Amino acid sequence: MRGAISLTINGLARQIALDDPRVTLLDLLRERLGLPGAKKGCDRGQCGACTVILDGQRINSCLKLAATCDGANVLTIEGLAHGEKLHAVQAAFIAHDAFQCGFCTPGQILSAVAFLEEGGDWRDPERIREGMSGNLCRCGAYAGIVAAVQDAGRRLEAETRKDVA
Amino acid sequence: MNAFEFVRASTVAEAIAAGSSPGAAFLAGGTNLVDLMKGAVSRPPKLVDIGSVEGLDAIETRPDGAVRIGALVANSELARGPFAARFPLIAEAVLSGASPQLRNAATVGGNLMQRTRCAYFFDAASACNKRTPGAGCDAIGGEARTQAILGWSEHCVATHPSDLCVALAALSAIVEIDGPSGRREIPINSFYRLPGDTPERESELAQGELIVAVRLPAGAAAFAGHSRYVKARDRISYAFALASCAAALRLENGLITEASIALGGVAAKPWRAEAAEAALAGAKPEDAAFTAAAAVALADAKPSGDNAFKIELARRVVVRALRLAAAGTPKSMPALPASPFGDISG
Repeated sequence: MRGAISLTINGLARQIALDDPRVTLLDLLRERLGLPGAKKGCDRGQCGACTVILDGQRINSCLKLAATCDGANVLTIEGLAHGEKLHAVQAAFIAHDAFQCGFCTPGQILSAVAFLEEGGDWRDPERIREGMSGNLCRCGAYAGIVAAVQDAGRRLEAETRKDVA
Repeated sequence: MNAFEFVRASTVAEAIAAGSSPGAAFLAGGTNLVDLMKGAVSRPPKLVDIGSVEGLDAIETRPDGAVRIGALVANSELARGPFAARFPLIAEAVLSGASPQLRNAATVGGNLMQRTRCAYFFDAASACNKRTPGAGCDAIGGEARTQAILGWSEHCVATHPSDLCVALAALSAIVEIDGPSGRREIPINSFYRLPGDTPERESELAQGELIVAVRLPAGAAAFAGHSRYVKARDRISYAFALASCAAALRLENGLITEASIALGGVAAKPWRAEAAEAALAGAKPEDAAFTAAAAVALADAKPSGDNAFKIELARRVVVRALRLAAAGTPKSMPALPASPFGDISG
């Protein structure tokens, strides 16, 4: 099948026909697969609203041609919660009012999830700000975002400790 | 974005064969090329996807002590683990550039091949000799804040935007290339061309030639204890350099035995300052020597417009980087890598 790719999106394996190599991963998700969680802000890799986790790494999906993603594993905001149970970062964003309009929020949350998985130091607000520098928030919810990442980092570490014990 | 033929290569040989046709471009992380295509600044008729080419994604130490970084290694990989401990200068330079998302997608080969961020190059309505040879340069007489102060010509004043390459230049990295005429290698300090009257030719690479690796010579690790990258920019994070400096020293018995200095944000290529290095050899690692070396490094600098401030800024960035390098590489990466506002007491 020429111009087809296989992707695992939020745990679901899919075969996707691609008629045009210009389609970005972001446009594929939003326009063709009914997953509009990743947002198109600048569409040039500057704002981070399109952040998804590709093969375990956070990236800007607006700069990724879908044709180059054959065989990849994609996590979008739609796949982050377990049923009704929110991911710790999602719950922390709500608890700390870490958004106003919400447009940048899916990208912020996925970027924060990746920051914590990378072993980012959530105890240090300066390291959180630097680690989240690829996600812009025009509403200026940064104070809440930093507090949410700290809180989620604390909770996830406590859960890990409980699991070990 | 223009329509293009899309070819996926799985070996270096396939990539070279497909990339040899006129105008064809290699695509790896896409963080620069896809952006340029969206702005119609680049319009390649063919893209050769090298993202899954075998054998280009490893970092390996060779028997002679040299370290070979595959062209498809992600930028973010250079800031992790034993590699970062061995080459903290590279880790700090990498972490001072772009964002975590971009560093994950961007590759080492792509970092070397990224185009200038000159606003006139990016703006299709402006005249640009790089985009359209012979069209003229609207950057001259325009906004000069990000433009060159060294090595520029009346045809182009653009700067190379990489931080990684500045560290690679200071460590005398070697670019390994494969192509239609076989393999060759070029020291990174000879890899880029100054604009002259052909600013559209940015490097020595010919059509179809592919960077397969970047090699750090065995001696590069000897700077690990005294090397720093300092970057002055308009924001503290996620911004290109106005002026940056990679400084690496070897100290013995309280004297500098070897110094290596490269500057970023000031020229069409990472600017190695060899005369300044020579001025430091045998000197005490003190401010007087650093100030004198910085003056030598910028001796030939000339404003390319309303950017004379960059000459003094670059001098001070060189002094700051040398002072920090002499104080010793910190045990852990600073929260704000390459920040000029860090603790300078040492």
